[in-house]
Amino acid sequence: MVTLGIILQAASTGIGLAKLGGAIGAGLAAVGAGIGIGLIGGSALEAIARQPEAIGDIRSNMILGAALVEGVSFFAIIISFLALIL
Amino acid sequence: MALFVPAMCQENGTESTKKFLPGDFVMEHIQDSYQWHITDIGSKKITIPLPIMLYSKHSGFCFFLSSQLHSGKYGSFHISEKGVYQGKLVESVVGANGATKESRPLDFSISKNVVSLFVISAIMLVVFLTIANRYKKNPDTAPHGIQNLFEPIIIFVRDEIAIPSIGVERYNKFMPLLLTVFFFIWFSNLLGIIPVFPGGANVTGNIAITMVLAVLIFIITTISTNKDYWVEIFNNPEIPWFLKYPIPLMPLVEITSVFTKPIILMIRLFANILAGHMVAIVFFSLIFIFGQMSAVAGYGFSVFTIAFTVFMTLLELLVAFIQAYVFTMLSAIYFGMAKVELRHHNK
Repeated sequence: MVTLGIILQAASTGIGLAKLGGAIGAGLAAVGAGIGIGLIGGSALEAIARQPEAIGDIRSNMILGAALVEGVSFFAIIISFLALIL
Repeated sequence: MALFVPAMCQENGTESTKKFLPGDFVMEHIQDSYQWHITDIGSKKITIPLPIMLYSKHSGFCFFLSSQLHSGKYGSFHISEKGVYQGKLVESVVGANGATKESRPLDFSISKNVVSLFVISAIMLVVFLTIANRYKKNPDTAPHGIQNLFEPIIIFVRDEIAIPSIGVERYNKFMPLLLTVFFFIWFSNLLGIIPVFPGGANVTGNIAITMVLAVLIFIITTISTNKDYWVEIFNNPEIPWFLKYPIPLMPLVEITSVFTKPIILMIRLFANILAGHMVAIVFFSLIFIFGQMSAVAGYGFSVFTIAFTVFMTLLELLVAFIQAYVFTMLSAIYFGMAKVELRHHNK
């Protein structure tokens, strides 16, 4: 609660709420992408351990899934960037 | 890759008369521009001037090289400093009340991205026409030369992307488009990583270019639909009635998804490639930032920066291929889903 008060005080003196919002948004996007891709990687590893001969299929599906999850996190990056610029 | 970095380090010599601004450095390498900036020797900029072609309502057609804009203006045209058209070419017109305002003419200039598009198209034409002619002339012989490089990739696009998504009956109609989109995105991503001319323009990291690709996919998807596709969106027989009437909730969701799918194709490609370029440029500019504080810190830090940048560039190579693959895969899935066979329940 105290840190929140300090942050709000600093923001009100004119550092810029937009920059604060943009930076926090980008950090949250990184957290989201990390969790999503981590889950995909984890289940891919488990699947490979269960059935090592399917490693080719599992690897290509893992990369496809990771690219799609990253695409969603880029939405948040773009909006944070717009918050900084606009 | 590591050989290019020392060349860039020499540019900012021991005397830095102007402060290094990392924001401007990054923006200059990412944005489109009217000339191609190759390097700086001392304080002299070496650029390739590109032609500017305009049509303005007040002055008609105008062609001139962008080197004529060096003095700041040419005729009534100049680059706008601030406002809505910042960084773009505008014309000063005197309005009815005597005040000059800026108006933007129709701009058909051959800018940096346009030159890069020409280069990519030339590379693609040379490569693929050579391959096609070789297959036509020697139809039943083993592949030779450049065919060996591209035949596995083309078969990969056919067997892993087109046939599983579209089906063996209809995939042949879409193969030219899928192959063109795949190789265009892959080549332009790769060309953006090469720092020397003619590579190094941020083609797919420009949202206008990815928007054109997404609009093309949207148009082709909509053209290749059958009636059941639209029945499934507006009046799906498999969902309960209270989602369709009185407020058509599911049709609204489905219509948003029709437009959201191409939009997210556009943003995914744009953001991935732009982020890759920005990270590489920011890592480079770390050397200059530290070098401004002290020359020893600059040279010392450059070791870590070169290692990081080599790693990031290798990752960018992987991302270049993955983004081309994901774009083509999703387009093939949309083409395949366009023809719907609804199961009609026997009442």
